Amino acid sequence: MTSPPKSPLQPVDSLDRRPRLAVHKLSSCDGCQLALLNAGASLLRLAERFDIVHFAEAGIIDVDAEADIALVEGSVSTAEEAERIQTIRARSRWLMPIGACATAGGPQALKNLANAEAWIASSYPEPQHIDARPTADAVAAHVHVELELPGCPVSTPQVLAALASLLAGATPLAEQDKICLDCKRRGQVCVLVTQDAPCLGPITVTGCGALCPSLGRACYGCYGPAENPEVATLAQRFAELGLDAEAVKRRFLFQQSGAAPFQQLLREWHPKPRAGSATASVDQGSSMTSEDRDHSMISASGEDEDD
Amino acid sequence: MIASRFLPRQHLQTLFDQLDALGYRCIGPQVRDGAIVYDRLGDLTALPIGIGAHQTPGRYRLEHQDHQRCFAWANGPQALKPLLFAPHETLWRTERDDAGRLAFTRELQPAQRQAVIGVRACDLAALALQDAHFADARADPSYSRRRHDLLLVGVECGQPADTCFCASTGEGPAISTGTDLTLTELDAGFLVRAGTEVGSALCDALPLRAPSDGELAQAEAEIEQARLSQHRSLPGRNLRESLFANLDHPRWDEVATRCLACGNCVAVCPTCFCSTEREQPSIDGSGSTRVRLWDSCFSAEHSYVHGRLLRPDTRTRYRQWLTHKLGGWHDQYGRSGCVGCGRCIAWCPVGIDLTAEANAICSDASESAQEAP
Amino acid sequence: MSTAAAMGPPWMGPPWEAEVLARDQETRGLCTLHLRLTDANARAAYRFLPGQFNMLYVPAVGGVPISIASDPAQPQRLAHTISAVGRVTRVLATLGTGDRIGLRGPYGRGWPLEKAEGQDLVVVTGGLGCAPVVAAIDYALARRTDFGQLVILQGVKHAADMFWRARYDAWAELPNTEVRLAADQPDHHWQDHVGLVTDLLDEVPLRPQASIALICGPEPMMLAAAKRLVALGISDDRIWLSLERGFQCGVGHCGHCQLGPYFLCRDGPVFPWSEISWLVGRKGF
Repeated sequence: MTSPPKSPLQPVDSLDRRPRLAVHKLSSCDGCQLALLNAGASLLRLAERFDIVHFAEAGIIDVDAEADIALVEGSVSTAEEAERIQTIRARSRWLMPIGACATAGGPQALKNLANAEAWIASSYPEPQHIDARPTADAVAAHVHVELELPGCPVSTPQVLAALASLLAGATPLAEQDKICLDCKRRGQVCVLVTQDAPCLGPITVTGCGALCPSLGRACYGCYGPAENPEVATLAQRFAELGLDAEAVKRRFLFQQSGAAPFQQLLREWHPKPRAGSATASVDQGSSMTSEDRDHSMISASGEDEDD
Repeated sequence: MIASRFLPRQHLQTLFDQLDALGYRCIGPQVRDGAIVYDRLGDLTALPIGIGAHQTPGRYRLEHQDHQRCFAWANGPQALKPLLFAPHETLWRTERDDAGRLAFTRELQPAQRQAVIGVRACDLAALALQDAHFADARADPSYSRRRHDLLLVGVECGQPADTCFCASTGEGPAISTGTDLTLTELDAGFLVRAGTEVGSALCDALPLRAPSDGELAQAEAEIEQARLSQHRSLPGRNLRESLFANLDHPRWDEVATRCLACGNCVAVCPTCFCSTEREQPSIDGSGSTRVRLWDSCFSAEHSYVHGRLLRPDTRTRYRQWLTHKLGGWHDQYGRSGCVGCGRCIAWCPVGIDLTAEANAICSDASESAQEAP
Repeated sequence: MSTAAAMGPPWMGPPWEAEVLARDQETRGLCTLHLRLTDANARAAYRFLPGQFNMLYVPAVGGVPISIASDPAQPQRLAHTISAVGRVTRVLATLGTGDRIGLRGPYGRGWPLEKAEGQDLVVVTGGLGCAPVVAAIDYALARRTDFGQLVILQGVKHAADMFWRARYDAWAELPNTEVRLAADQPDHHWQDHVGLVTDLLDEVPLRPQASIALICGPEPMMLAAAKRLVALGISDDRIWLSLERGFQCGVGHCGHCQLGPYFLCRDGPVFPWSEISWLVGRKGF
C-alpha cells in the first residue's frame, strides 16, 4: 500500500472561519499574480470563499500573514528570498508554487548554467551592490511544497481548479497529460508534422490548452516536462529536422531550463547518426519540392521564431 | 452491384443544396493549417480543389496540383471520430444545495442532422468499429444521438498516401458498404451510387446521367491503381497469437527508444476510443461538472491503480497500444482495430511505422496469418 | 422523483444520489460507508450480485470504483469498505452520517455462485480483498444447504490491518465452516497463523474435485494462491479471482481496464483462472 497523499485542507469545513489565502512573490515578473487577478468573476467568488490575507497585485499586503494556502510566484534568487521562503513555509499549511519561476527557476535560471558572478561583474560597474545568489532556484529546492503548478504564466483555470479542489477537501489533481493530447482534443493540426517546427509538445505537460500550436507555432515548453518525457528522443528528432546540436539544446533553454529532464539533456545529449532510426527513412530531400514551398500559402503561418 | 450513375462536376453543388434543403449541416474536407480537415462546409468552393496531400512517416504536406478534383488526397489527421466520439463531452452537472442535497443533470446536445461528405473506406470501417464499441448494449447516449443523425457520402480513394495500407487490412480503397451515397471522382465528375433509401432519394434529386463505358473503366482502373500503389502491409489480418506470444520481444525495447509516448497515434487513430473523466468544480462551491476527454494508453493516468502505474514506461505503453490494437480487438470486436489509414504513421512526430513494428515483432507469424480471413 | 431517476439506470451517468447512513472505522486506514439511495424508486429497483462494484462519486472531487461489501439480500443498504489511498478515497473516508455522494452501478460480472451450488467454497483473501467476497459469503450463508464446506482464509500484512474480526469469529462457530487467519507481521495479541494466507491452503482439508475457490487481494497474492490451488489439484476453471484496474465508466467504454481480450469492468472483474492466468502478474498488463 502506498502512503496516503498528504492531507489537504480537510479541516476547512471545521475551521469556523474562511480559509486564509496568501499570494506571495519572489523574483518574478508578476505575470502569475496577474493570471489570478485576471480571473474576472471567479476572483470575486474566490474572495467570498477565502480570506485573502496577502496578494500584492490586488493591493492586499501583509507579507507575514499566516495562511492556510500560500501560492508563491517567482524563483528564490536573493539571500532575502531564501530567508523569506522559509518564513512563508513556516506560516503556511499548504504551499503551492505557481508558474515556471517558482517551479523551475524561470528564465532567470539560465544564469545557473553560467558563472553568474562573472556575468554580473561584466554588466555592472559596482557589482557589490547587486544582491543575487549565484543561482535562481525553484521554491522546492528550498522548502517542502505540497503541489507545483507550472506554466509561464500559470494557467488561471488550473489555479482555480486546485483551489476549488482544496476547498472540497481533496488534493488537487496534478495535470499529467502532454500538450499533444490536448492539441489533438482541440482539433489542431500538428505543427511538427506539417511544418517541421521543433515543437516541444510531445514532452511538455499541458495546462496552456496547447496555445502555441493553436497559433501555428511550436510549443517551447513553458509548462515544463510532462511525466515520462522522452526528451532525448525528441532532441534527436529535432536534429533530424536539421537543427544543429546547439540549436537543439537551445529549444530547452527557455523558462524551464532548470527542470531536471532538461538539465539532463543539456549535460548528456549528443545527436546520434541518422542511420537505423525509422525516421531516417523519411525522404525529406525529395519531398522538399518547389510545391512544398509554394504551399506555404495554404499552410499555417510560417516559421518558428520564438527566440 | 448497384449501377452507378454520373454526376457532372458542375452539378456537385446540387448535392450540397439538396442536403441543405433536407436540414443537414454539411461537414466536409477543407484546407486548414496545412492539412485537410473536416469541418462545416458552406459550399463546394471550400473543398480542397486541386490539392494533394503528400504523406510520409512523421511528415504531411499539402501540394497544389494541376487539376480540378476535390478529393485527390488520401486523408487528413481526423475524419469521423471527433464528430461522434467528442474529444470533450460534458457527462453531467452536479448542484449542491445548502442542506448538502445533490441534484444531477445531464444535458444532451440537441439533435442536429449532419452530413459528412468525402468519407473514405478506412474511416467507414473505423466507424463500424466505433459503433460496435459505443453503440453496444449499454450505448453511449451522446454518441448514439449523433450517430443516428448522420448521413454519409463516401468518396472512393484514388490517391492513397505513402503511409496508406488499406488494401492490406482489406478496407479499401473501394467502398463496399456503410454509406448513404458513394462517389468515385473522375476529372469530369463523379460516379454516384446509393447505399440506402436516403441515398436513393438524394440521387433522384440530382441531375444524373448514365455513365459512359469509358468513365466506368477509368474509375475502375484508378481504384485498382490506388490498390496496387500501396506498399506497406501488416504481416497478416490477425496477429493476436503472434503478438501475445512475443510480449518479451526485444523490438519493444527498441521501439521505446524511438517513441515519444506522446499519444498522437492514438489521437489520430479513427478506432481508438479511450477516454478519461475529469471534474471541473465551480469556485463558489455550488457544484461541478463531470467531463469526458479523449485519453490515450500512452498517458500516465491510463494505467493508474491504487497509487501506482501499471505501465510506467514507454515500452509497456507502446506494447499495450499495439497488442490491443492488433491483438485484443479480435476478441473484443471480431477483427483487428487497424483499418489501414496510416494516420498513426504520418502523424507520429518521429515517424514510427506501425506496419514495420508489427512486421518486426510478428515476423514468424506472416505465414499462418495469411490464412486468416 | 429525482432528476436522476427520470433518466433511467445511471450506467453512463449521471449517478444517483446516495446518503451515508453510517460509517465504521475498520482500521486506521480503512472505513466502511453504509449507503442508501435517496430516491425511493431507484432504491426499490436496485439489485446487485456478490462481486459487483459501484462507482462512487464525490462532486468537485471525482469518482472511484468500490466493490459492494454487504449482503445482496439487503440491497437498500450498501456497504463500501474504503482504503484511503487516493485523492478521492481520502475524501470518502472523511464522510459521515448524512453526507451525500453520487453512486452508479452495479457494474461487472460477480462471483459464480450459481455454478458453485453443491460445491465447497474456498475463499482466499488478502487485506481489503475480503470486502468483495463478503457479499458472496453472506449469499452462501443465506443458502447454507446449497453449499458444502465453507473455507474462509484471510491474510493481512500486519496484525493491525485485521478487521471484521467479529465476523470471522462468528463464521468460525458455524457448522462445516473453517476459518483461518494469517498475519505476516504479528503483534503480541496475534494468536493465528504467522505468515502468508497461502500457507493456510496446506492446513485446511480441501476436496479439489468439489471446490470452487474465490480469491481476492493484491495481484501477487492472488497469483500465489491460484498457483497453490492448482498444485493442490483444483482445476483452473474452478478458481475465480477478482481483478482491479482504474475503472471509470463501468461499461467497457473508457478503456482503462483493457487487459488482453477483456475489459475488466464489464467482462470481470471476476474471472476464472483458466481465462486470465496468462496475463496476471505480467508487468505492464
